[in-house]
Amino acid sequence: MTRVMTFLTRRRGGKGWHWTDIVTWVWLIGGLVIMFGPAVWLVGSSFKTPAGLAEFPPTILPYATEEVTVEGYDEPLPLFEVTLEDGSTAILAEARRIGLVAQMIDPNDPGEPVPVNINDRSPVRELSFEIDNYTEPFVHFDFLQYLYNSVFVTVMATIITLVVNSMAAFALSKYKFTGRNLVMFLILATLMVPLSVILVPLYSVVSALGLFNSLWGVILPTVATPTGVFLLRQYMLTIPDELIDAARMDKASEWQIYWRIILPLTAPALAVLAIFSVVWRWNDFLWPLIVLSRKELYTLQVGLNVYAGELNVQWHFILAMTVVTMIPVVLVFVFLQRFITTGIAGAGLK
Amino acid sequence: MSQITLTGVGKSFGAVQVLRNIDLDIKDGEFAVFVGPSGCGKSTLLRLIAGLDTPTLGDIRIDNADVTRTPAADRGLAMVFQSYALYPHMSVKQNLAFGLENSRMPKAEIEERITEAARMLEIGPYLDRRPGQLSGGQRQRVAIGRAIVRNPVAFLLDEPLSNLDAELRVSMRAELAALHKRLKTTMIYVTHDQIEAMTLADRIVVLRDGRIEQVGAPLELYNKPANRFVAGFIGAPNMNFLPAKVEEPGGEGFFADVLGESRQAVRANAAAVRADQPITLGIRPQHLRLARENEDGVEVEVNLVEALGSETVVHTTAGNGDPVLAVLQGQRPFNAGDRITLGLDPENLHAFDETGLRLQGN
Ligand SMILES: Nc1ncnc2c1ncn2[C@@H]1O[C@H](COP(=O)(O)OP(=O)(O)OP(=O)(O)O)[C@@H](O)[C@H]1O
Ligand SMILES: [Mg+2]
Repeated sequence: MTRVMTFLTRRRGGKGWHWTDIVTWVWLIGGLVIMFGPAVWLVGSSFKTPAGLAEFPPTILPYATEEVTVEGYDEPLPLFEVTLEDGSTAILAEARRIGLVAQMIDPNDPGEPVPVNINDRSPVRELSFEIDNYTEPFVHFDFLQYLYNSVFVTVMATIITLVVNSMAAFALSKYKFTGRNLVMFLILATLMVPLSVILVPLYSVVSALGLFNSLWGVILPTVATPTGVFLLRQYMLTIPDELIDAARMDKASEWQIYWRIILPLTAPALAVLAIFSVVWRWNDFLWPLIVLSRKELYTLQVGLNVYAGELNVQWHFILAMTVVTMIPVVLVFVFLQRFITTGIAGAGLK
Repeated sequence: MSQITLTGVGKSFGAVQVLRNIDLDIKDGEFAVFVGPSGCGKSTLLRLIAGLDTPTLGDIRIDNADVTRTPAADRGLAMVFQSYALYPHMSVKQNLAFGLENSRMPKAEIEERITEAARMLEIGPYLDRRPGQLSGGQRQRVAIGRAIVRNPVAFLLDEPLSNLDAELRVSMRAELAALHKRLKTTMIYVTHDQIEAMTLADRIVVLRDGRIEQVGAPLELYNKPANRFVAGFIGAPNMNFLPAKVEEPGGEGFFADVLGESRQAVRANAAAVRADQPITLGIRPQHLRLARENEDGVEVEVNLVEALGSETVVHTTAGNGDPVLAVLQGQRPFNAGDRITLGLDPENLHAFDETGLRLQGN
């Protein structure tokens, strides 16, 4: 514990507070709040009731007003801490509210209601997790079906992306052919074309190929990514050519060179691309929305859209399901990040 | 069993001609060493033989079979790269096995060959390590091991010792010589290092600017360099060159005027030179001695004296300003600024014409 404290209070130069110490702290804490604040709020709020969500000012943790059942009333009544006219405080339940005055009754001794100005009372609140936000969609919403579709799309698209992009990158980094730079340039040039520009032609192609309303129609147009090719090519350029020459002397076929030499050595860049690809495909909304029109084919992101109706947005479900959809991405990151270590490619050389 | 023959081989990268008209015949079981200054095309020539590049001109034969267009994998050669090029993600054992697996050898035989190579190179204890966990010398042995297990018809080694420290180099050199003796396989070895070349080679190939300058046994190159370049390149410290002029026939050849101050007998075919022809005389520092009383020698000014005990290295300047290095036996009491006269013996003089070629009969 003392070591943690000495670590946390370490300062530049050791003695006194230098202004850079303060800037550092402010910067780091500010960064922490900006980066983690929304995520924490999201997780906290996913357990709130619709009423809790509408509350102002918003809270991080889900609080709910305590309620009691009182004889003579059908609905449970909310509890309030009330300052009475004689200055004493009491816990009373609200039976009715008219304007600025609420009719309060004692839950233990329901008698004549006492009128109380609403400014003289505050709700009794307790931490309460609205698990229904999570369980409800599992029952009424085809969560598992959507989850399966999302996983299928993400996994397939990522595998194909890695294979296709690494092959292209291998050719573009390790073979010399005329037009190599032109091809690379063309691939990079497609980075400048946003999806919305090619949406209509892409739709025509996909539908002409009979991939409309098919998960493959979501997967295939996304697998060739210029970013991925560029990322992998730059990494492969750092793999010494002599390794490939050595493999050639060792009677390796071009396929074996790719599969047994290049791919293992590109693992760090592949891990990065895999993370990107998983995040991209998992969070894709527009393209799946266009290609998939049958409900049983929806991916999670499209499926979640049913909670955002025209008149009524069911935020509590959206938030809860957003938390659920975030989990796989986080797990993938945690799993893959240990492959992101650099500098092993040169280890076999002098 | 392999004889490697190159006929009229040339290689260009775009407009740059890196190798021109290489004719070379490496005999079976021979240890051939390529030497030459950096960038002269040694590695390129080795890669052509290996099949990693194709020549723009000429052809390459192994045991009389034309392999000019045969891919590297099918030539049956093994190469040790300048940078070792071990596969960093595989263990030493996998590195050794990779080439054998690719030729679909049975597991048991792979195992046997690896054990044998590991024993020979003493890398047994490291078989499960990655190359990154080995020292330079160990990596080097693994690289050689990777070549040995393949049982190649010839080894191609590109400066395999260049990154080792001096001591390790000496011991690895001895190991390589022993290995060649035992395997009796053709070896082609590229090096910068004169001592490696002189001690290991059956024949040395001296390259300059993509051309072969001379091919010959180490002592042949030392004693009878075919031209000024080879004379200056082989032997350490480098040979001294003095400008001279042919005077008149006589003695066992002709007499030459050195620096306009001294008359020296040169052993060469006097009929092949004309009077007043400018020539260059070369003499190795070890062959210089102090001139005897009344002997016609070259007078030089001492700049620096390095007393090594058994010998004294004297850095001097000749009358025309050229540096002359002399390695004199024993200890000499010289100081900077002294003027001394150095004697030249005709049997140690190398004479070259204006184009740098050795004179006939020299
Ligand atoms: N792929 C290439 N493209 C263009 N020029 C090249 C290429 N490879 C080699 N060269 C040139 O060919 C010449 C010979 O190179 P090479 O590697 O054979 O030299 P080397 O004799 O092995 O030198 P070192 O002793 O420094 O290893 C150099 O001038 C080099 O610049
Ligand atoms: Mg080289």
